[in-house]
Amino acid sequence: MAIIKAENLKKDYDGFLAVKGIDFSIHKGEVFGFLGPNGAGKTTTINMLTGLTRITSGQIDIAGIDAVKNIKNAQRMIGIVPDESNLYMEMDGFENLCFCAALYGIKKVEREKRAKKLLKEFNLDNTGNRLFKAYSKGMKRKLTIAAGIIHEPQILFLDEPTTGIDVESARQIRDLIVKLHNSGTTIFLTTHYIEEAERLCDRIAFIVNGEIVQEGTIEELMLSVQRDNIVQLSVDKGLYAIQKTLETDFFQYRFEIRDNQTFILYSETPITLMPIMKYFDERRFNVYEAKLIKPSLEDVFVKITGIEVSKMKKEKEGGKQ
Amino acid sequence: MTAWVAFWNILKKDMKNYYLKPPNISWGIVFPVAWTLMFFLKSQTQMDIKELLPGVMSLSILFGTTSMLAVTITFERKARSFDRLLLAPISLNLLMLAKTTGAIVFGIVNSLIPVLFASFVTNLSNIRWGLIAGSVFFISVTSTFLGLFIAVSVKEVFEAQTFSNFFRFPMIFLCGLFIPLTTLPIYIRPLSFMLPLTYGADILKYAINGKALMPIWLNFLVLFGFASALFIISVKNIKVKWIY
Repeated sequence: MAIIKAENLKKDYDGFLAVKGIDFSIHKGEVFGFLGPNGAGKTTTINMLTGLTRITSGQIDIAGIDAVKNIKNAQRMIGIVPDESNLYMEMDGFENLCFCAALYGIKKVEREKRAKKLLKEFNLDNTGNRLFKAYSKGMKRKLTIAAGIIHEPQILFLDEPTTGIDVESARQIRDLIVKLHNSGTTIFLTTHYIEEAERLCDRIAFIVNGEIVQEGTIEELMLSVQRDNIVQLSVDKGLYAIQKTLETDFFQYRFEIRDNQTFILYSETPITLMPIMKYFDERRFNVYEAKLIKPSLEDVFVKITGIEVSKMKKEKEGGKQ
Repeated sequence: MTAWVAFWNILKKDMKNYYLKPPNISWGIVFPVAWTLMFFLKSQTQMDIKELLPGVMSLSILFGTTSMLAVTITFERKARSFDRLLLAPISLNLLMLAKTTGAIVFGIVNSLIPVLFASFVTNLSNIRWGLIAGSVFFISVTSTFLGLFIAVSVKEVFEAQTFSNFFRFPMIFLCGLFIPLTTLPIYIRPLSFMLPLTYGADILKYAINGKALMPIWLNFLVLFGFASALFIISVKNIKVKWIY
């Protein structure tokens, strides 16, 4: 069952089409990854879904509510963690959390109880009375996430939650996402860490230049680019000497000789290893490794979008400083 | 109930974070004191003090409210913490009322300082206190919403202060605070009637000295009109400019 449904969602900034009529739906309880380079339209999409940006055209349905017409009702169900921490610098951690809970009408005793619990959960209980401006970047990020979930939303929007923070804080945040997912919270996650998306998301959409270019589960996305079966073999002797006969005897496969001891086989049909092993055995070669090569999500992203992931990371992290 | 919990906590947060901060308390006191001393020391008689009191009270409210709002709204907008409020499930009208109530209270408190000073040097017993309360409240609301209108029209805090002065300084001379409207050149007078402080000061003058240029009910009605229009336009501007 879809808890978020976006249809033909468009955003036009004075002639610049930031989001070009995208459609997607997110199922209740899933982690939906939204991946794309800088300026692809990720944050604009989140802002449209949460009511921070007016849509140019399209439809948004959040838990059965028409979020275009009635965003305030939809906002009760959602929590938002923006890409930059936007809590109050002059308030301490505990006060910030209590204030955010109060915005959702939670009464004093309950909000204080929840704030204490969250500070403990995020290992911030010793710094709860420290001003937000004195927090480190990782601590700020964690407190911002705590502020986003203090009202226990059904849907959580996380915009680049681990960008630019220390490894330990990033790990804690990823663990929290898993925990929230297990407790049934629907999560809309934008990230440029492909491996993070691969680890956390049930489904992923790639957005480039305001358009969703591919969407599906990780398996579906991989299948969409994996046309060939690929096997890499390593032997103990020089391959160049037998390269010609090898290619002739196994003409049904394409070969890529990596170096004198390693080669890769490509085939549209499954590769049968026994005849190849026999071929090498007859020539007294030892095959000491044969492995099936599967594309990573990063390969899928690069193939679909044509964007180098390392370049995207550099852009993002540079932009955050 | 839910909305009022949010309303109260936004107000409480603003009070604690902005209005009750030592620099703002001192600003809130020093500024009216400076106005008060400047005019009262120049004043020769007890009668003069009562003549000056409406103008000094009006200025204290006007400068206090518009300055504070430029900070509380523009600063939060710049720091993006205002987005957090926009994402809360409360109506924009209630949210803006919560954000402006602190400034209204600040304006009311500011207006009391000249009254306190005047009470030491002149007899205030024959003043219409009910009308004073009503006019101070309405001047505070209108000035606060003028500050809101300015804050929503700009991006930076310094722009808000500059833009505020564009409205505030002409008001000192055009609203009949110290220069009677009847002595202004006839071609300037229409401008005076386009400024809300003219009506607020007129009520205060009647309450303190028993003299007014316009009927009191009309003054209140016009102030209410200004306040409503400024609030409605500001909220509309937020929808257009900030939820773009």
